[in-house]
Amino acid sequence: MSTLAPSAPHDLTQVRPLRSRLMPYALLAPAVLVTLFIVFFPMVQAVVTSFYDLVLWKPNASRFVGFGNYIKLLHDPVFWTSLGHTAIWIGLTVPLQMGLGLVAALLLNREFPWRGLARALVIIPWALPSVVIALMWRWIYDPTTGVLNDILLYLSIIHSTVPWLADPHLALYAVIATLTWQGFPFFAVMILAGLQGIPQSQYEAASIDGASTWRQFVHITLPGIAPVLATAGLLRIIWVANSMDVIFVMTGGGPGYATHTLPLYAFIKARQNLDFGYGTAIAVTFTILLGAIVAVYIVRTMREVER
Amino acid sequence: MNKPSTLRRILTTDIPVIFIIMLAMGPFVWMILTSLTPTAQLSASGVSLSPAGWSMDNYIRLLEQTSFLGNMLDSLIIAAGTVVLGLAVSVTAAYALSRFRFPGRKLVMLQFLLVNMFPIVLLILPLFILMRKIGLLDTHLALILANSTVAIPFAVWMLRSYIGAIPRSLDEAAMIDGCSRLQALRRVVLPLAMPGIISTGIYIFITAWNEYLYALTLGGRNVRPVTVAIQTLIGEYQIEWGLLAAGGVVGALPATLLFLLVQRRLIGGLTQGAVKG
Repeated sequence: MSTLAPSAPHDLTQVRPLRSRLMPYALLAPAVLVTLFIVFFPMVQAVVTSFYDLVLWKPNASRFVGFGNYIKLLHDPVFWTSLGHTAIWIGLTVPLQMGLGLVAALLLNREFPWRGLARALVIIPWALPSVVIALMWRWIYDPTTGVLNDILLYLSIIHSTVPWLADPHLALYAVIATLTWQGFPFFAVMILAGLQGIPQSQYEAASIDGASTWRQFVHITLPGIAPVLATAGLLRIIWVANSMDVIFVMTGGGPGYATHTLPLYAFIKARQNLDFGYGTAIAVTFTILLGAIVAVYIVRTMREVER
Repeated sequence: MNKPSTLRRILTTDIPVIFIIMLAMGPFVWMILTSLTPTAQLSASGVSLSPAGWSMDNYIRLLEQTSFLGNMLDSLIIAAGTVVLGLAVSVTAAYALSRFRFPGRKLVMLQFLLVNMFPIVLLILPLFILMRKIGLLDTHLALILANSTVAIPFAVWMLRSYIGAIPRSLDEAAMIDGCSRLQALRRVVLPLAMPGIISTGIYIFITAWNEYLYALTLGGRNVRPVTVAIQTLIGEYQIEWGLLAAGGVVGALPATLLFLLVQRRLIGGLTQGAVKG
């Protein structure tokens, strides 16, 4: 402790060297042990399982197959479909959430009498359970009684009811819209915090120099919130990639394989076919793919922490 | 020029903001309206927009004909258990990470950050096998442990930044006055970090309450939290949207109310810690 705290008047570590040196490890032990048991041990188990042909309803049928599951994966068309969907899923959801969040944050950063209330209300979607969100949107998308079709018919945007979640070409985008709705408040809140950190004097100086609102946005606002956008964006990519509860409840991956993403495919394989060997092989592959993005985020965060 | 007229403000700010709020609140409001419309009317004429057509019919059925209250109790036990376990092991860990510099510190911090990023699907399958092996499937403890995979790393990171904001000189002064390390932690640091500990605890409670996939996989018959129970409200032959909406509103209520209660402080901490969406 005292090595990095030069201002400490009394060097207490010198008095009881051994005890003091062991102290941090003792304090950390419970948290580290519990995480080892419930996270790292299962994770190792997952990697091991992925090398086995393990189907839970066949007792004692666990058989070592080496990279068999991974080779099977490469020849599995559903795997490639799911991978493609995962790319669309992340590539559309995160930018949409960010865009909508940015608009919301810019509006909520302005002066108006009920600002506090508006800021509290906009975060509601974030606090709702995913399963409630998924069921709620299923009700909104319902082809016969759903309110979305009613509204769009009334506005003459569509001329006959659309089966949003039953149409294989539309289902994925319908779920993406739901996830965008669920996630944009997170961006709004993060960006709002970033906006409040930009000194007002910069805007005043710019407007004295005659800079238009747009130029102020491009040259002051965007650079000011760039770090927040990067951090929130990375976090969100990881979170959106991992999230499968909303899809699972809304469509269960269907119709057909139209809304399968990789984590969902792994989950469905294990849950419905009880094929844990193949399921974990998909999960491990997905984790490795996601690892690149996680690494970028971790390097950034660790650098910030040690600043 | 410095003071734009009220009319202009309403056109450029209030109306767009109302639009955003309607977008954010609309679906939830729609669900509340659905839950207030009796089922017979729901299938005949749709959701009732006027208070004249409202009734508590769906809520009464929810409480009388389903085990929803028991499910709420399951959720409460699991969420509260996760908060207790999560905070108990995280407070000392966060204290160690913020006050000591020791070999392996960075590695431990990295470990907790990394755990937060793990795909839930990678953990859910081996956890199922593990819980089955040690006979914990379908117990509250299984779900408390599973939720702790998210709660502990999150709590360690949040509390580390809260405790880091408390001046070291305070615990050093206490130790000069004769306190041991642990006494300094308990008597000086804990009381000062209490607001942070409470909001971290509330956040853990909300995430554990809202959690669905672990509950579905590791729970089931005896232990059935609301997030899983809501799905069973779907009728056998046709979807009972009124009842389902009532279940959704009641199930979402505890977390949403807690959230609104502490949102200001919570968001400050989350945006600084930026650990988890």
